[in-house]
Amino acid sequence: MSEAFIFDAIRTPRGRGKKNGSLHEVTPVNLVAGLLNALTERNGLDSKEVEDVILGCVTPVADQGGNIAKTAALHAGWDYSVSGFQLNRFCASGLEAVNLAAAKVRSGWNDLVVAGGVESMSRVSMGMDGGPWFLDPSVNSKSDFVPQGISADLIATIEGFSREDCDKYSLRSQQRAAAAKAAGYFKNSVVPVKDINGLIVLDEDEYNRPDTTLEGLMSLAPSFQMMGEMGFDAVALQKYPFLTEINHIHTPGNSSGIVDGAAVVLIGSKEKGDALGLKPRARIKMAAHTSTEPTIMLTGPGPASLLALKKAGMTINDIDLVEMNEAFASAVLRLQRDINCPDEKLNVNGGAIALGHPLGATGAMILGTALDELERTGKATALITLCVGGGMGVTTIIERI
Amino acid sequence: MFHYNKDADNIVTITMDMQGRSANVLNDEFGTLFRDTLSKLEADKANIAGIIITSAKSTFLAGADLDHLYTLTDPKAIFDMCETLKAGFRKLETIGKPVVAALNGAALGGGYELALSCHRRIALNNPKAQFGLPEVGLGLLPGGGGVIRLSRMLGLQNSLPFLTEGKRLKPADALKSGLIDELANTPEEMMEKAKTWIKANPKAINPWDDKAFKIPGGDPRNPKVAQMLPIVPAMTRKKTYGNYPAVEAIIATAVEGALVDFDTACRIESRYFTSLATGKVSKNMITAFWYNLNSINAGGSRPKGVPPQTTKKLGVLGAGMMGSGIAYVSAISGIEVVLKDATVEKAEFGKSYSEKLLKKRVQQGKMTQEKMNEVLNRITATDDANAVAGCDLIIEAVFEDRQIKATVTKESEAVMDATGVYASNTSTLPITGLAEASVRPDKFIGIHFFSPVDKMPLVEIIMGEKTSDETLAKAFDYVKQIKKTPIVVNDSRGFYTSRVFATYVLEGISMLGEGQHPRYIESCGLKAGMPVGPLALTDEVSLSLMAHIRKQTELDFAAEGKPLPHHPAYAVSQQLLDRNRPGKAAGAGFYEYPKDGGKKYLWPELTTLFPQKEQLPQQEVIDRMIYIQSIETVRCVEEGVLRNVADANIGSIFGWGFAPFNGGTLQYVNSVGLDAFVKRAEELAAKYGERFSPPALLKEMAAKGETFK
Repeated sequence: MSEAFIFDAIRTPRGRGKKNGSLHEVTPVNLVAGLLNALTERNGLDSKEVEDVILGCVTPVADQGGNIAKTAALHAGWDYSVSGFQLNRFCASGLEAVNLAAAKVRSGWNDLVVAGGVESMSRVSMGMDGGPWFLDPSVNSKSDFVPQGISADLIATIEGFSREDCDKYSLRSQQRAAAAKAAGYFKNSVVPVKDINGLIVLDEDEYNRPDTTLEGLMSLAPSFQMMGEMGFDAVALQKYPFLTEINHIHTPGNSSGIVDGAAVVLIGSKEKGDALGLKPRARIKMAAHTSTEPTIMLTGPGPASLLALKKAGMTINDIDLVEMNEAFASAVLRLQRDINCPDEKLNVNGGAIALGHPLGATGAMILGTALDELERTGKATALITLCVGGGMGVTTIIERI
Repeated sequence: MFHYNKDADNIVTITMDMQGRSANVLNDEFGTLFRDTLSKLEADKANIAGIIITSAKSTFLAGADLDHLYTLTDPKAIFDMCETLKAGFRKLETIGKPVVAALNGAALGGGYELALSCHRRIALNNPKAQFGLPEVGLGLLPGGGGVIRLSRMLGLQNSLPFLTEGKRLKPADALKSGLIDELANTPEEMMEKAKTWIKANPKAINPWDDKAFKIPGGDPRNPKVAQMLPIVPAMTRKKTYGNYPAVEAIIATAVEGALVDFDTACRIESRYFTSLATGKVSKNMITAFWYNLNSINAGGSRPKGVPPQTTKKLGVLGAGMMGSGIAYVSAISGIEVVLKDATVEKAEFGKSYSEKLLKKRVQQGKMTQEKMNEVLNRITATDDANAVAGCDLIIEAVFEDRQIKATVTKESEAVMDATGVYASNTSTLPITGLAEASVRPDKFIGIHFFSPVDKMPLVEIIMGEKTSDETLAKAFDYVKQIKKTPIVVNDSRGFYTSRVFATYVLEGISMLGEGQHPRYIESCGLKAGMPVGPLALTDEVSLSLMAHIRKQTELDFAAEGKPLPHHPAYAVSQQLLDRNRPGKAAGAGFYEYPKDGGKKYLWPELTTLFPQKEQLPQQEVIDRMIYIQSIETVRCVEEGVLRNVADANIGSIFGWGFAPFNGGTLQYVNSVGLDAFVKRAEELAAKYGERFSPPALLKEMAAKGETFK
């Protein structure tokens, strides 16, 4: 079986996902098209060499609807022979796109694929695509549906993570992100978003708050208490009858930020890379996914990561960096406990709590962040994982070349 | 300056009155005045009940100062300029007091955008006033919030026609379309209505600043709008062939703008505006339709120092297609016309053409029956050569035959006003030669109309060798009198327009001979921006007429001891003529014209007659069609046929429809860049023949870094 290599991984900066966010004016198709063109330019690549564009997108309607991947390839002026499709594995969509591309390359079905994701949360808000999971009462009820914030609070309650634990973790995310940004660690991979005139719309992540303090974080009101009290807590408590109450500790300060952004990764075989003069930066060593109980929902990364490690014949000791999407602080702390990951390996340059989580794009984005960090520090292996709606978890292990 | 007057009711009237100008205009000075006024209003806000913006000039506010914009090429500078202008308008709109635009006169472009950022538009019912956003005509979009406000005010579907067609509306129509809210019959009434509205609406805001605002007809996510949206770009492309970025940018701005909040939408508008303002097309269109046209209308080609002349009585010789049209456009402009032909019947038939056109106007409600009779009564149909007695201008439009023309010249000069001017409407015969029949060649000139005369905006005035400046002034003033655009050229075979126009059709015909597919040639002509493909156009003109002209030219050349320069198209045309396919009038040319009136189609045998070869890239075909016209135009400059650049550009666009987005045949050379143009012309010459060789003048200018100005 051939191997799947990462030749390049780039992303847009993340803009605040509100109407005053810098990327609100940019359509998602333009976010992606800008990256596709940057990819060909950076790598001296002729687009006709690419066989497919696979993009994750979680709310694939309106501006993001109708197969955004193929549409973006057309809009970027890519060769007509390049196919494209959009997939949805909720928050891990961007990473799933990478894994699928890698699998196709490893199987020999594809030689060169672009994988990534996009989400303009300011333009297409979460839930705009509807769906029976939460909107069909019979499905909602049968699957013990609660929103993810309730799930995150449920994890904290069960695991005994306090508000302070979570806020301290979040403060560290802010500090690490600020330091990485200041030191220019993201520069190589962040492609400025430009308008039709070539004027810069946004050239760096704008969501993070370097001046965050623990006191400031601790003063924020919990986000999910009211909806919990209205009924969702009851659903969770009936599922976990040994609990007395849900400890609502998640706030906007220790949950991921709503942002706009996109990311793409160029993945291909060794032969194709050699033929095109592309330098492999890392191999995609293993990928795995699983699913766990859907009400607690955000516990998938642990088992998915253990599965990936096992399939790769590795242990956590063989991994230099762990990049877990900071959907909620408790979900990260739970993963850390599940795989026994030391602090110094975990999210070393911050994460979505500081920088934001553009749903469909995040998986591909943090894969790139991990790869940049491996290269910067001369380390070898990274494990990237995300918690996913419905209880799922997705993990990818990469190894630098 | 801006006058600031507060009345007893605390209503402030801002009267725009920029000094040293006949109109208020959006420029740096306006920016300063506007900002100062806003600061004053802001400071005085607690003591203000409302604001009225009006003007001390005959118009409200003209658009943006193009002189400044035209010189800008840096996108950042243009974007910032646009954002600054908008910020001012936005500040006025959200100042927290009712703001009324009291439109005492025209408000077009930027002027109307200022009015849109007010809460109410009350206009004086002034027949000269026009309202609208005509920016698209210069390859731009309204960058002062015009796209965003109008689309939010009228809805996407209703606003797009005004934005993409640049319609200018008279007060009554503007009221009906919702571009203005109220009309007043006197300036006093206008101000009174403005004050009344302010008092009745102390909390006025624009609809889009209301939290509950929904765009009329729905935003692009509304299923009804979404159903219509996919066809909008297609409808545009049908007309533009993708050559007019402004139309596409306007649609994109309106639609993208409707999906986001007002301020973000305005920023999107600035970005698209910037892309247009930095692009070639707007520079080309501003050159032609602003600078060149203004220069022509200001009499740039008219001799200075000759007093204005009014044509009172016109004699038209020959009541065919052209003569009838000339009679019509002259009579409707108030000129008394004697329409003369060989028989009264022919002359009357010519006059009936005017009757037909006038009746249509009456039916459309554009004219009263009384006015129609008045116009018709100005035309005298006659077979009497002496009827032109007293005419101060005669235009001859008889058959293109030197002998016949000489005869009528002599006949008419014998009876017409002794100081009058005699003109020939010939399209091919050199004027100097025709003037030989005249006893006063200084009063002999060419006035070349285009068919159909009532529709075509251009008139080509041709100077004979001996034509005087007074005669030129008379002809020029007459053309302005009939509300057409005059260009002035010196004498030459085919003058300017017929000569250059012919290069386009001949190039198309040549390519057919080379084995390019006829449909492909036609499509490329349209994609190049020409109104009709070269083969269809040849059919309209007729191959036999073209052959007739060619033979005449050949004889004239032979008389001078020169051979007719070879053109590969001649052999192709001859093959068609040999098969009795002279063109549309005969029902057979490059196209078949079904007898039942069905749609014409390319004669299927063309591909057999001219076996198909490998097809050239589309850009190559387009370059051949466009370059050949520009090169021939440069030759006309070189030979002194053309007297200035404005006449060349406007003549090409108004005369034969040369791709307007290229800004005219000479502006196209500028936009390519003279060096690049020379290089490409040389490439084409190497491949397709000497006719593409860049003229010496062009190479000299390129070497000196000059452009056509």
